Amino acid sequence: MTTDFAIEVKDLKVYFKIKRGLAEDLFSKKKKILKAVDGISFNLAKGEILSLVGESGSGKTTTGKAILQLLEIETGEIKFFGEEVRRKDKNFMRRFRQKAQMIFQDPYQSINPRNIVMDIVAEPLDVNHLVKSRKERTAKVKLALEQAGLEPAEDFYQRYPHELSGGQRQRVVLASSMIMDPTFIVADEPVSMLDASIRTGILRLMLDLRDSRQISYLFITHDLSLAWLISDRIAIMYLGKIMEIGGADEIIHRGIHPYTKALTAIMPTPGVNKRKERIVLPGETPNPTEDLRGCKFNSRCPLVHDRCYEESPELIEIQAGHQVACHLARELSRNH
Amino acid sequence: MTLLEVKHLRTYFETSKGLYKAVDDTSFDLDHGEALGLVGESGCGKTTSALSIVRLLPKEGKIHGGQILFEGTDLVQLSDEEIRSRRWKDISIIFQGSMNALNPVMKVGDQIAEAIVLHEKISKKAALARAGELFELVEMPVDRINNYPHEFSGGMKQRAMIAIALACRPKLVIGDEPTTALDVMVQAQILNLLEKLRKELNMGLILITHDLSILAEVCDRIAVMYAGKIVEFGPVEGVFENTAHPYTERLIACFPHIGKEKIIPPSIEGIPPNLLEPISGCPFHPRCHKAIPKCTVQEPEMVKVGEKHYASCLRIGEA
Repeated sequence: MTTDFAIEVKDLKVYFKIKRGLAEDLFSKKKKILKAVDGISFNLAKGEILSLVGESGSGKTTTGKAILQLLEIETGEIKFFGEEVRRKDKNFMRRFRQKAQMIFQDPYQSINPRNIVMDIVAEPLDVNHLVKSRKERTAKVKLALEQAGLEPAEDFYQRYPHELSGGQRQRVVLASSMIMDPTFIVADEPVSMLDASIRTGILRLMLDLRDSRQISYLFITHDLSLAWLISDRIAIMYLGKIMEIGGADEIIHRGIHPYTKALTAIMPTPGVNKRKERIVLPGETPNPTEDLRGCKFNSRCPLVHDRCYEESPELIEIQAGHQVACHLARELSRNH
Repeated sequence: MTLLEVKHLRTYFETSKGLYKAVDDTSFDLDHGEALGLVGESGCGKTTSALSIVRLLPKEGKIHGGQILFEGTDLVQLSDEEIRSRRWKDISIIFQGSMNALNPVMKVGDQIAEAIVLHEKISKKAALARAGELFELVEMPVDRINNYPHEFSGGMKQRAMIAIALACRPKLVIGDEPTTALDVMVQAQILNLLEKLRKELNMGLILITHDLSILAEVCDRIAVMYAGKIVEFGPVEGVFENTAHPYTERLIACFPHIGKEKIIPPSIEGIPPNLLEPISGCPFHPRCHKAIPKCTVQEPEMVKVGEKHYASCLRIGEA
């Protein structure tokens, strides 16, 4: 355990077999496969926040779940503080499940509506037999709720989820993750169900916890401006591939990949500064079950050329820490 | 003549716990071809206002007062039969999840034709031809009218719903979070499309959203709602640049501003008031950073703060 990386992912692939009708299964030999994540690699340093940004179907959530071993993976390497996560023994898995947590999008569905807050937050302790007395349990829950900004904690012990606002629910979710003292959290669109007015409170809380406890986050979002606000680095995903990865400001202001450019161009900014025609990519993300030759973005790319239909571009480094998967990356970066 | 004038609208819901004042004394207006953005947190009365205009409120909801003048005719006074004939023909509405409202066992073209035949005395064949034209209008391949909804992506379904909304050339289209469930790129496509159609067809547009950042690019004027009331109403430039109400100020500040300093803006602490209970003073005072003792007892009136720009805050005009 000498590595500085909380998470190292190398050439991760997650494929889903598509279920079809019986007749098709019998008469067609070719299995239909959806390549949800198709060979991605990245590292996440201790205390770092990396955002995975992409449209639905780009494989961001699948990546998060695969790292947490919530999904069967095809190939690839996933290391948690230097230790290979796959095929580990029970003891390792127990520790891993405690230290690596996931926060889901919808706080209306991710907590049991029949439990009171005390039991929701204490559940991880109970499951893992981590507390010996009622007093200790209450003390830990109190601390977790306070850290999640629910004060005075006593007021919340006996409440049911329906008695809480959306923001309070998401804080309860955070409290029940924090009670295990995690070192790595996958946050899957943690604020997209919340009103803008309370979003920032949750984000600030996540940042505070990162600062005080050196937690590493994989922050999954479709909202590029949110990613810019909260993360150190951003990875742009499209159809299971990372198209570009780099520092948050670098990606937003000096993004190279045509897809990144398209995403930044439509980013709404509050204010009246632009009434200009926005350049919007035509068409939609192609069907991921079809085997796409060449670059996955070739059907929508404004700069597409012959090579893009033949050869899939690899991520190349155009600057320290800034990688782009595009055949034109070097040329484009020179024009900056 | 003004296309739509909503005057002192009150829409209340009768619940087992009492009257829920979802919309309470709301007034706004809209010209032909104009786009108005209605913005606020969940539960502030945006959708209820829209449903009141088309009179599609659930049975617990009743319009308790006010007028909704559509080219001078008060929609509140119309019989169910009369409003039904105007819905879709004069005013249509696109809902948030409306792409899931398509009938799954009916070809999309037939569904559009059905709406047209219902309102205009034309043959099914003519209506189908019109459906094809509408598909062209919403930038879809015309032959797709023979597809079933499951053959469409989310964005295409939403385009089809817009085609249905436009089927009878309405003068007013209400979009209730029409892009919220869609991907960012598709969202931008749909917003561009609505913008284009509004100009081409000179239709009025009310865009309801909680996302203030998309309004500036699409709308001419903005109405900010809080607790069933409009607290600020004015041209986009005025509302963004000479913000008059503290709530609007805080709401704008909640959105990250790329290019500016990277700080997480403060959220608006607290929650909106319970609309079942009487509110004393300004409804925003418990959460307001500018509240003074007077705000807890005196209800602010709408005052003029600029050209066609109004806001209701007791502290307006203070030096």
